[in-house]
Amino acid sequence: MARPLRPAISATGLRKSYGDKVVLDGIDLEIAEGTIFALLGPNGAGKTTIVRILSTLIDADGGDARVGGHDLNGEADAVRALIGVTGQFSAVDNLLTGRENLRLMADLCHLDRAAGRRRIDDLLVQFDLVEVAGKPVSTYSGGMRRRLDLAMTLVGEPRVIFLDEPTTGLDPRSRRAMWEIIRELVAGGVTILLTTQYLEEADQLADRVAFLDHGRLIAEGTPRELKRLIPGGHVVLQFADQAELDAAARTLVSSTRDDAALTLQVPSDGGVGSLRALLDQLDRASISVAGLAVHTPDLDDVFLTLTGQPDHERAMAR
Amino acid sequence: MSTLTLAVRDSSTMLRRNLLHMRRYPSLTLMLIGIPIILLLLFVYVFGGTLGAGLGPSGDRADYANYVTPGILLITVASAAQGTAISVAMDMTEGIIARFRTMAIFRPSVLTAHVLGSAIQTMLSLAAVTGVALLVGFRPTANPVEWLAVFGVLAMITFAVTWLSVALGLVSESVETASNLPMPLVLLPFLGSGFVPTDSMPTPVRWFADYQPFTPVMETLRGLLFGTGIGTNAILAVAWCAVLSVVCFLWAKALYNRSRAA
Repeated sequence: MARPLRPAISATGLRKSYGDKVVLDGIDLEIAEGTIFALLGPNGAGKTTIVRILSTLIDADGGDARVGGHDLNGEADAVRALIGVTGQFSAVDNLLTGRENLRLMADLCHLDRAAGRRRIDDLLVQFDLVEVAGKPVSTYSGGMRRRLDLAMTLVGEPRVIFLDEPTTGLDPRSRRAMWEIIRELVAGGVTILLTTQYLEEADQLADRVAFLDHGRLIAEGTPRELKRLIPGGHVVLQFADQAELDAAARTLVSSTRDDAALTLQVPSDGGVGSLRALLDQLDRASISVAGLAVHTPDLDDVFLTLTGQPDHERAMAR
Repeated sequence: MSTLTLAVRDSSTMLRRNLLHMRRYPSLTLMLIGIPIILLLLFVYVFGGTLGAGLGPSGDRADYANYVTPGILLITVASAAQGTAISVAMDMTEGIIARFRTMAIFRPSVLTAHVLGSAIQTMLSLAAVTGVALLVGFRPTANPVEWLAVFGVLAMITFAVTWLSVALGLVSESVETASNLPMPLVLLPFLGSGFVPTDSMPTPVRWFADYQPFTPVMETLRGLLFGTGIGTNAILAVAWCAVLSVVCFLWAKALYNRSRAA
């Protein structure tokens, strides 16, 4: 696309605290137009707070942010005209039908009657809601509700979309359907800021990923770049007793042992060839292996490596 | 689009949403109309004979039906206020309110729609209650102009009480609180000239009864309906309604915008 490369969302030094609790501790973001940016982090890391600030729901205590070139503070209404938000909690009117919900959005986006009706019909088809359009939303399943929620966000054809944990609580099939919809949206040129707890989701969808932990961004990059941050894959060998473990540790010098679990962690690319070589080597030394697990690096590893230790241990260490 | 056009357009969109809610779930509306009607029947047929005798030497049940109806009309307004506070509080728990806040719309339209919707609902309840009152012996002597004035007074107090209940609904942390907060409003006609003349009350109660906002409204209604003296009551009623409306509108607006700092 021949559009100039300007950021759809940019933020510098965003801060927010509630009383003594610092929720955001200086967040810098730059999200290019037409890309998907995923914010990853555990519950309470501040993901939703970032979305709430950038979507004009709450004010930051400090820092600057612009969405679509408009300043959040001075030009909140200009920002609102550009964005669409689908939050973690469904933002649909339960007492209305699906079609009435969409019509409400069309009217609030000031579409004229005919254009509104066309848009609503298209969205009902696109989101597979035609059959339930006349039923009250209170009778919808979780997946239907989430689809309607996103359809409502899209009525006004927003250029920038915030998706706050769009697939939390969905079954695997609905999750994949939602991913497909998100991919189509970006193909149409919109910019998406997505928050998620699922690393796989970020891996599947995002052009760039940022890890958020305790109100700070601890890493940012493409999924590939982030995976490069940590040591490669490994194979975990399980042994029946201490003697076998000792013998194996002597044979495989580059391994790390875990005496309590009777396991040995051996660096490996996880390929069939290297596995066969590894097992042959153990065979020649007459060491029997009780079990074997292949581990290729994923974003989970990156996150755990970056945060140093699992969340609960850190909480105790304070 | 100018601010005014935007305000009117968005408010009417939101009003359509509120009216759909009412039409689809009429049980709340029916309950709100039911309470004043039951009170009316109770006071006319159970207490009416005795209380009517207290109005004067020739007083009877029919006189009491005339006397109590303005009080019952204000009970209707107060009971509708409870419904408004409940529906506002319920609405605020819905995620869709957050969605509205992220849209480029006339911000207070959510509130104006609640006020207009509740006002329409209250005026319908008032019509229903007046109909029942006419059936049980309410015989006003008002001419069409006076009826129009009655409508005006009721619309004013409805507007004022509705803004109050919208604010109460917003200030409530839960739907339960929202249903309890407006309770005292239903008692106000009792602690005024709604059911018995205030000069029969002990001094401290009478003092309160004479100076609370519902009494001048009820006295103005009586004056318009039956040609009794209105005096300064009309001005007092208008002043109370105006002050209540403005103060509660500003309060509600501040409450609605407050959450941006949260």
